[in-house]
Amino acid sequence: MSERRVSLEVLRYDPETDSEPRFQRYPVPYHEEWVVLDALNYIKDHLDTTLSYRWSCHMAVCGSCGMMVNGEPVLACKAFLRDYPDEIRVEPLLHFPIERDLVTVIDDFMAKLARVKPYLIPARDEPASAAERRQTPAELKRFKQYTLCINCMLCYAACPEYGLMPEFLGPAAIALAHRYNRDSRDAGRDERQEIIAANEGVWDCSFVGACSEVCPKHVDPAGALQQVKIASTVDWYKEHLMPWVKK
Amino acid sequence: MAKSNKPVVWGLFAAGGTVTAFIMPALVLLVLLAAFGRVPDILTYEKLHAFAAQWWGKAVLLGIIFLALWHAAHRLRITLHDVGVRADATVAVAVYAVAAVASVAAAFYLLRI
Repeated sequence: MSERRVSLEVLRYDPETDSEPRFQRYPVPYHEEWVVLDALNYIKDHLDTTLSYRWSCHMAVCGSCGMMVNGEPVLACKAFLRDYPDEIRVEPLLHFPIERDLVTVIDDFMAKLARVKPYLIPARDEPASAAERRQTPAELKRFKQYTLCINCMLCYAACPEYGLMPEFLGPAAIALAHRYNRDSRDAGRDERQEIIAANEGVWDCSFVGACSEVCPKHVDPAGALQQVKIASTVDWYKEHLMPWVKK
Repeated sequence: MAKSNKPVVWGLFAAGGTVTAFIMPALVLLVLLAAFGRVPDILTYEKLHAFAAQWWGKAVLLGIIFLALWHAAHRLRITLHDVGVRADATVAVAVYAVAAVASVAAAFYLLRI
């Protein structure tokens, strides 16, 4: 009996030799337990050592292997061959420039991530030596879901608004800002609001919801953005109608 | 970057969406019932007319009409942007003006009841 095979149609692009991207087809053996990343590793090991792609953990933790598989942004390590037809098209993440083959240029996202200050900002009067800051389970629950983001950028590839407006801060960065804003140990919300409550911040979002559909860690960035919009609206009314109220 | 003033238009949009989500299904059901000649007793013409004759009845009706119109206007503005119409300022003025004019008309006719 002949071995079942699947055909991987992989986008190839080498900026030093190619004027534009092209597709290359590779026959790969089919295994019930294989994911697309296994198929790419097979190509790299046995068929074509020049193929470039990012990966590290192979267990949906590192967030490196995000790519378009049959048009959908997925983690290649979480996309089982058994869930796809025998022809599988693999492309780099949508909305990002291509560095080489399946490797994208992620500078835009990294810069946006840094701008929202995704770290705890303690209150000014709090001594640095304050050793233990306890949190109740209820306080942890307020933000825990948003800590699960692995910065895989699938939400940016899925977001049509980011595709239309590259200046949009985007789902993951705003959801992470929201994660720290909701943390009882944090006092940096005012600083982050200056960034995320701007036009290019949360207000470029039209609640398409694709980010939450593709999120491999069920962070629900769309939900986070809606909460940010409501909080920013309350801020606006406080600042303009009740300027004497201290935030 | 300065903070956006979009909360003003978005707040009304969000409120309109919430109101519409509750009112519309009921309205569809009642219109269907009425179409089949089965108007519930508390929704007869006389009772609804009496409701709209009181000042707070007018306020409730105008609130629902205004928020629903504003919601539709804002949704249309975003949809037009998404399908490629990039003149956002012009579109915004046009759709919000329609919502405002229709709301003023609603207020005018409500006050005549």
